[in-house]
Amino acid sequence: MAEQAQASPKHGSSLWRDARLRMARNKFAMAGFWVILVMFFMCFVLAWFCPDPNKVDLADKFAPPSGEHWFGTDKLGRDLFSRILYGGQVSILVGLVATAVSVAIGIVYGALSGFAGGKTDAVMMRIVDTLLAIPFLVLVIVLQATLSDWSGDATNWIVENFHWNKEFTARLTNVVPLFFALGLLGWLTLSRIVRAQVMSIKEREFVEAATALGYGKRRILFRHVIPNVLGPTVVYSTLTVPGFIMYEAILSFLGLGVESPNSSWGVLIKEGANFLETEIQLLLLPGLFFSLTLFSLNFLGDGLRDALDVKAAKD
Amino acid sequence: MSLLELKNLKTYFHTRAGTTRAVDDVSFSIGQGEIVGVVGESGSGKSVTCHTMLGLLPQPPAKVEGGSVVFDGEELLHLAQPLLRAIRGKRISMIFQDPMSCLNPYLRVLDQVAEPILAHENASREEAEERALAMMKKVGIRDAEQRARSFPHEFSGGMRQRAMIAMALVTNPDLLLADEPTTALDVTVQARILKLLRDLREELGIAVLFVTHDLGVVADVADRVVVMYQGKVVEQGAIRDVFSNPSHPYVKGLLACRPTFDTKYRILPTVEDFLETKTEPDGTTRLEERTGMKDRLAELEKAIPEDGNGEGSSPSDLLLSVEDLRVHFNSGGGVLGGLLGSAPPTVKAVDGVDLTLLKGRTLGLVGESGCGKTTLGRAILRLVQTTSGSIRYEGEELPAQGSPELLPFRKRMQIIFQDPYASLNPRLTIEQALVEPMLVHGIGSSQSERRERVASLLEEVGLSSDHLLRYPHEFSGGQRQRICVARALAVEPDFIVCDECVSAMDVSIQAQVLNLLRELQDKRGLTYLFISHDLSVVKFTSDEIAVMKEGRIEEFGPAGQIYGNPQSEYTRELLEAVPRAEF
Repeated sequence: MAEQAQASPKHGSSLWRDARLRMARNKFAMAGFWVILVMFFMCFVLAWFCPDPNKVDLADKFAPPSGEHWFGTDKLGRDLFSRILYGGQVSILVGLVATAVSVAIGIVYGALSGFAGGKTDAVMMRIVDTLLAIPFLVLVIVLQATLSDWSGDATNWIVENFHWNKEFTARLTNVVPLFFALGLLGWLTLSRIVRAQVMSIKEREFVEAATALGYGKRRILFRHVIPNVLGPTVVYSTLTVPGFIMYEAILSFLGLGVESPNSSWGVLIKEGANFLETEIQLLLLPGLFFSLTLFSLNFLGDGLRDALDVKAAKD
Repeated sequence: MSLLELKNLKTYFHTRAGTTRAVDDVSFSIGQGEIVGVVGESGSGKSVTCHTMLGLLPQPPAKVEGGSVVFDGEELLHLAQPLLRAIRGKRISMIFQDPMSCLNPYLRVLDQVAEPILAHENASREEAEERALAMMKKVGIRDAEQRARSFPHEFSGGMRQRAMIAMALVTNPDLLLADEPTTALDVTVQARILKLLRDLREELGIAVLFVTHDLGVVADVADRVVVMYQGKVVEQGAIRDVFSNPSHPYVKGLLACRPTFDTKYRILPTVEDFLETKTEPDGTTRLEERTGMKDRLAELEKAIPEDGNGEGSSPSDLLLSVEDLRVHFNSGGGVLGGLLGSAPPTVKAVDGVDLTLLKGRTLGLVGESGCGKTTLGRAILRLVQTTSGSIRYEGEELPAQGSPELLPFRKRMQIIFQDPYASLNPRLTIEQALVEPMLVHGIGSSQSERRERVASLLEEVGLSSDHLLRYPHEFSGGQRQRICVARALAVEPDFIVCDECVSAMDVSIQAQVLNLLRELQDKRGLTYLFISHDLSVVKFTSDEIAVMKEGRIEEFGPAGQIYGNPQSEYTRELLEAVPRAEF
């Protein structure tokens, strides 16, 4: 048998480091990574230097692209480029926050369920089944309606107590319920994936060795089981980010998501769709940003999946 | 003229990491009706040779760099795919190691056995099934008529392998390639399959190329043997000549390092004792006999204790006693079955076992797969829930699984598993993996002290402390098993369960690990429960032997008595089934 260890230097390379090297070799995934980075920069840095996205100028509506309005203006004369960037903030944040919320809940719930096994597992998974049986969008709409009821009160409370800018606070409390509504329901599938992973990892002999060495349950779960399920979880969650962005777009398209005058990519596409025949750039330009981001996230997710694949790591 | 002739065959693998010469200038031949054994350790190129002949290798990364494979006057290497397909399965058939994964679980056995006929000949369905059934009877499938319509999962492992053989032979091929066909089987089943292959050769005149890692099996079945090492044929010849008078140092080492019923050494010679790899100035390597090999063997022979078993300790030094231990599992049913009120069937994995272990000695636990030996080992360590019975450790009843009082005992009892790949957490460095048990049990007062202890443990198991910061996947199988041993030793136990801990290893690595276990026992006075299906290895390692069958101890006594004068019918059957090179 080949003595693999002899050739490598004294410092070992962890599976994470190997994965990073494999990732760096994947051109599509790296392209996706850079596109997302640029998108981030534009939405969260460049946006501050753009004109006010909500400034109405009816005299200048449907203006073609020009030096002043790079992408032209919409039906109320608002700067489209600026609206796309501000809309991107909402869309990207929805993707990230909802994913973070669902990953946090999903990992803990799934890992506990899989690790406990037996009756606890059966009950916990039946709860997930029940929630999965209700159409996702219906649940999101109900949850969001409930959370939105509080948003007006929350705005007043924050403005009174912390003296934040009222406009900014209103924008925030308008979108935050959406983040959480998506996140609170998105964990369902994730928890099942984590559970399945945990169940297979806990049968591995190193977990049995850990028991034989007298390690406590908490140590085994957090140090030996969960780190080994993180790979597949990370992969799955990068693939859910586009899903959440899409759901926000659908909800906004249906008029249930972000409220006017705030924008998101979904809202912009919806507005643009009304002028399909005359001003097609109002639909195409936000659509382009939206698709580009989704594509990049999917490439990145695929790249991560290949990079973290344990089978590949074995060779 | 020989049936199959390989000449200077070269198959290389070109990957990002470089070129591997998997098969490097291999030549041998098989005559009509001859059984030729190809022996080698993992990575020796024996399977690649086999697959190259039939064009079954994915190209790239593999590339046939040269040589020829002539079958019955026809060159196979450059044959067009359709012509090659006509030979594959018709004139040359193949059987594989794992009969479960090689049979399609969704098709009835008869349909699968008949399929090669339908694929290669212009036969009607009825005719094909008739011939398939006849072949199934010939390979010894009992009640073939009734069982022909069953699915593979309804067959036992041995029966499945028979079905595979029937499938391979149904087209009356001239050559059968058998790639480790008995490795996954129990010894008694293996003995029957080997006998079947010999009988079929007599009856059908078929030639067999038998690829295996097991020298005993080859000696049992083959007429000639080809020994491969690092992609090259190091020695070939009639089986008797090679076994009784090997000329290449590697073959000498291989034969010596394998424990057999007659092994007298206390420490096994290793292949390294015989073989030295010399690097020429131009970068090529050459294998040479190690000087001083004879002295080393003489030295090992001198170390054999007078009474053979070293029966020094008195029976009062009792470490562990097991009384009427039972472990029953509820199979299937699950929560739903429980709710519906149907009583799930009970599997009695361990069913009333009494055992005693003496301090500083090794108890060998042997038995075939499914006999409950692994469950028994885990039950003793309180890793599975026991149904009833008592386990006393130095006179003290072991606390129940999951109770906090068990923790001090965990420090004293350890386990080493079969698969060193699965028994190390891939996300922890070796240092982290070895420091952790010390932290849990409060061994060592500071980080630097623990680190020093880890370094000395690694040296003790034959690894360098340079390896501390590496991760498990950077080590070979043998090295990983050494790490597992070091981890078990980190808590300073006095009792270790070795659960098939060398079963997945090549004999040369196996010898090293067995030697390591013995040295540690001598040095630290460890007590082992050595669980294995391999009777030769158990004979080498153990002072007492327990033979297990269907959850019960069939026979229990000193090793010499069990091997020399077995009382139980089953023990005798097991011993007879072990393939031996007796010339």
